[in-house]
Amino acid sequence: MGAVVSLDGLLDTRQVWKGRPVAPPRDVQPTGHAALDAALPDAGWPSGALTEVLLASAGSGELQLLWPSLARLTTGGERVVLVTPPYIPYAPAWQAAGVDLHWLSLVQANPADALWAAEQCLRSGSCAAVLCWPHQADDRALRRLQVAAETGQALAFACRPHFAALNPSPAALRIAIDSQPAQWRVLKCRGGRAPAAPIAAYRRG
Amino acid sequence: MLWACILLPQLALDGVLRGRDDPVAPLVLISGPTQRRVLQAVNPSAHALGLRAGQTLSTAQTLAQGFTCVEHDPAATEHLQQLLAAWAYRFSSQVSLHYPRALLLEVESSLGLFGPWPAFEARLREELTALGFRHRIVLASNPVAARMLANGHDGLAAFCPDQTRAALVRMPIERIGLAADAATAFVRMGVRTLDQVLALPRDALARRFAAPVQLHLDRLLGLRPMALACYMPADRFDARLELNFDVESHQALLFPLRRLINDLTVFLVGRDVGVQRFTLYLEHAEAEDTRVVVGLLAAEREAGMLFELARGRLEALQLVAPVRNLRLLAEDLPRFVPPLGELFEARTQQHQPWEQLRERLRARLGDEAVRTLQVQADHRPECAWRLGEGRLANISAPAAPRPGWLLATPQALLADGFQVLAGPERIESGWWDGDDIRRDYYLIETASGQRGWAYRNVGDSHSLWLQGWFA
Repeated sequence: MGAVVSLDGLLDTRQVWKGRPVAPPRDVQPTGHAALDAALPDAGWPSGALTEVLLASAGSGELQLLWPSLARLTTGGERVVLVTPPYIPYAPAWQAAGVDLHWLSLVQANPADALWAAEQCLRSGSCAAVLCWPHQADDRALRRLQVAAETGQALAFACRPHFAALNPSPAALRIAIDSQPAQWRVLKCRGGRAPAAPIAAYRRG
Repeated sequence: MLWACILLPQLALDGVLRGRDDPVAPLVLISGPTQRRVLQAVNPSAHALGLRAGQTLSTAQTLAQGFTCVEHDPAATEHLQQLLAAWAYRFSSQVSLHYPRALLLEVESSLGLFGPWPAFEARLREELTALGFRHRIVLASNPVAARMLANGHDGLAAFCPDQTRAALVRMPIERIGLAADAATAFVRMGVRTLDQVLALPRDALARRFAAPVQLHLDRLLGLRPMALACYMPADRFDARLELNFDVESHQALLFPLRRLINDLTVFLVGRDVGVQRFTLYLEHAEAEDTRVVVGLLAAEREAGMLFELARGRLEALQLVAPVRNLRLLAEDLPRFVPPLGELFEARTQQHQPWEQLRERLRARLGDEAVRTLQVQADHRPECAWRLGEGRLANISAPAAPRPGWLLATPQALLADGFQVLAGPERIESGWWDGDDIRRDYYLIETASGQRGWAYRNVGDSHSLWLQGWFA
């Protein structure tokens, strides 16, 4: 069988493309949920990148997913900004979840300015995490958020409705939250294959 | 004491040129009565056209075309002198405007901070050039000598009375600030330089010339002191810029605005204060002035940031009429405290501090756009939180679960489509302020699996009101 070729020969003629070794993440941003951390390639949120959280409707589990990270960042003296949240963050509950309210800022803006405000916060480099609820976010707007997060090395979270999962997105991580059963599904994660099995969501109360 | 004299030979012209966005275009300053307009100063490109200071306007118009005429405004020049004195006040506590178009600075006491002199001088020159003023700088051991040496020198530095004297004696007699008749008399006597004057017997000189001549010569050589009125910085900043034409768009206002704000920061740095609040007046020809108030949460003095903020406010504005003049008034000037930076900061690549970002957001989105949450000790859900600034004492959260999201107004729930998971929890409070509530709270789950927090008013058995989501 004359078709046997040595591997080195193939590599030398550059007919085989070798994936570059993945650079180890600079800083790990654990999600605070052990099962989720284990499933994600960076062992946490992708740092300096956009994460999309896909929800059936606002108020169905996004805070349980994000609260541990927000609590960790704010108690560490880093700023977290909520840009136009859909409801009023109920301060006693946020405090009970461990969030230091001193480091939590609320930005109110109309839908047109909300993306601008989120981008400014991300780009500034003085915010550790920015949560936004973009209405009608197109691919371009999300890409801007992604680039801004990279520039400012901040965690960007965009909460969007479930049907947005049908469209491609530049986000580094996409997580869908299901209510029944309560579970998280990783749809896309940069730097690894998305885990096929859903992860049981942590639910309090 | 060492005195530096900064002579501004083209102060009026430079003041006009720095306000224009095309400073290389031919431009002349004119003055004099309407019947006989005279060119007061010309810029280099107008000079290249053959125009000279002192020509009449009609001569100039026959010689060349396409140059811009600007009326010479002594008040504006005076204002520029004040601004430059405020700038110089940053480098020395003794600044004098005794001579027109010249700044006198006592610099020996400043050398410890800004020195040595060559570095100090380079810094003065660099900042003056950035501000757009041509200048000559001379250092001498007394203020009069410094001023008079600036007539014939640039960059001269005489550190002791002997060096000053050595430089002075070579000066021509017409250039040392003597009265015109005295200088002419000296020239006619065949005396052309200062050392020839000093060679004359003192009593003969006193007999031939009036007393002020001897006084001036003594002051020049530092033999008699001279009392100078020192500049006192103003308590407020008020600058006005005439636009010369009607401006109808925001874009055209940005250049003059940037200049005003640069002048403001020069003033602030000189006084070592910050600005917390300033007002822009857009003056219209007919209508009433438009006021744009720019307020900050903390005192700032960084030009780029102040400009961005003012620009944000300006762009949100609808111009009702063309703008003739732009005025900037800053009266609230608290002490400036530079932010403390940490040496070993976790976020090394801080591009923009949070305070700046917050001002930026407020400038575009409104003063109330950026808020912080606080917990209040109250059992009523509506009153258990408030927006505000500052840190409150840590209030322990209730043991029972509370929703992360609160609805601004409770919504009525349909009779079916949910099931009650837990409850009731009675909250009865607020009798003291009239907003008292008596409610039974339930934890509910909707058909789609969302968990909510709903209440029923005690005594009203029917409707259930949704007030929050356990997200």
